[in-house]
Amino acid sequence: MEPLERYRPIIDDFDAFLAACERPLGNAVRVNTIKASVERTLAALDEAGVDYDQADWNPRVLTLETDSPGSTWTSFHGFTHGQEEVSAVPPVVLDPQPGDRVWDCCAAPGGKATQIAALMDDRGTVVANDNNLGRISALRFNAERLGATSLAVTNADARNYSLERFDFDAFDRTLVDAPCSCEGTIRKNPDALDNWSEGHISSVAGIQKGIIRRAIQATREGGTVVYSTCTFAPEENEAVVQHALDNESCRVVDFDLDLAHAPGLTAWNGESFDERLERAARIYPHQNDTGGFFVAKLEVTA
Amino acid sequence: MADGNDGQRFDRLPATDAERTVDGRATREAVVDYFADRFGIPPETFDEYTFWEKGAGKIWIYRGEAPTPLEIEAIGMTCLRTRQEHWKPTTDFVQRVGSHATECVIDLDREQARRFAAGEDQTLEWWDGDWGYLIAAHEIAGESEAIGVGLYVHGELRSMVPKGRQRDLEP
Repeated sequence: MEPLERYRPIIDDFDAFLAACERPLGNAVRVNTIKASVERTLAALDEAGVDYDQADWNPRVLTLETDSPGSTWTSFHGFTHGQEEVSAVPPVVLDPQPGDRVWDCCAAPGGKATQIAALMDDRGTVVANDNNLGRISALRFNAERLGATSLAVTNADARNYSLERFDFDAFDRTLVDAPCSCEGTIRKNPDALDNWSEGHISSVAGIQKGIIRRAIQATREGGTVVYSTCTFAPEENEAVVQHALDNESCRVVDFDLDLAHAPGLTAWNGESFDERLERAARIYPHQNDTGGFFVAKLEVTA
Repeated sequence: MADGNDGQRFDRLPATDAERTVDGRATREAVVDYFADRFGIPPETFDEYTFWEKGAGKIWIYRGEAPTPLEIEAIGMTCLRTRQEHWKPTTDFVQRVGSHATECVIDLDREQARRFAAGEDQTLEWWDGDWGYLIAAHEIAGESEAIGVGLYVHGELRSMVPKGRQRDLEP
């Protein structure tokens, strides 16, 4: 937990934050509405005698009272997919509509890409890309189990992604769920901080900046880019969005999120950021008993 | 032939035999007819979908936009194995559209369903329908739901659920 001490000045009730980081997470699943409605899924869980809690902010997010959420009939049928509660936030903020062209540029293992497809009623084009071929097999397995027929899977580096393979020249919406130092997954992966270093954060931030810039370039004017990470480090969050604001045509916009969160930072370690970064959301583990997450929503302006 | 099947890329299925340029490639018409004839799935179920071949006989179903040919990792999901005597639907596809099927659906009870999902073969001599590939289904939350594809021969239902999809579930 030592690396997290640097966040004491920016996190309210820091002791509660640290205590929450020590507690393991429950078994969260997302209801996959491509396969079954929320009502039918709940009825199937009732029938199987599996207790659950439904998230207040999103009726499609459940916490199951079972030790093996992957060994339920709802999982076998693809009615449910194991996905951490905060991990279901970025697609909701992206707010994709049926018929949209959407790019999930770091998509494996596919929880968010299939959630995007479900939010579009599986109508439209969801390009699920990842640079890691090994992780793409997990993405494909999940996409097929969840029945997402609107997904196109590509294997490329998002930083220099080419749209030449398709007939269109821009996406309506893009999700950048960036590779990150994963500090916010400490409750799921107790060794998440084992290799923590400022040098690692700095090198990951360089990659993130390359990806967010290409994401904005590949999205049409008036389109939406959502940037998210599962880490607390401002170098990987607000500073990356600031880099995009400085170099690409975009602005930070508001979004509604019925989940407790703190505003994005406007300063860190002597560096100041655009005031509109307050519209971003920092979700801390002690606020909703979840993992940690950062989400910012951008509108492409040219 | 020069314009043969290329296992590295996706090619959209020709609409009909008249438009076919690659030997042995299934047509959209034949695929839709197969699902209608074998399982009673209405052809209009697939109006918004396109069908593609990548790898010999492997057919994919997709609902998004894409030019043909296309060299990417996947589009939509695999739905059918062709270029063999008896075409065989995939487990995941049958789960996706199985609710539209009215024929060659074998309804299993709780214990039979559990064994099927675990990948076990079982003797089910009461089945008096067609032999060959069937959709195995069971009732969940008051409605029938497809579990996967089974091969019925000589009084035995063989589970075709792939190893990676098999699960030991509560009865």
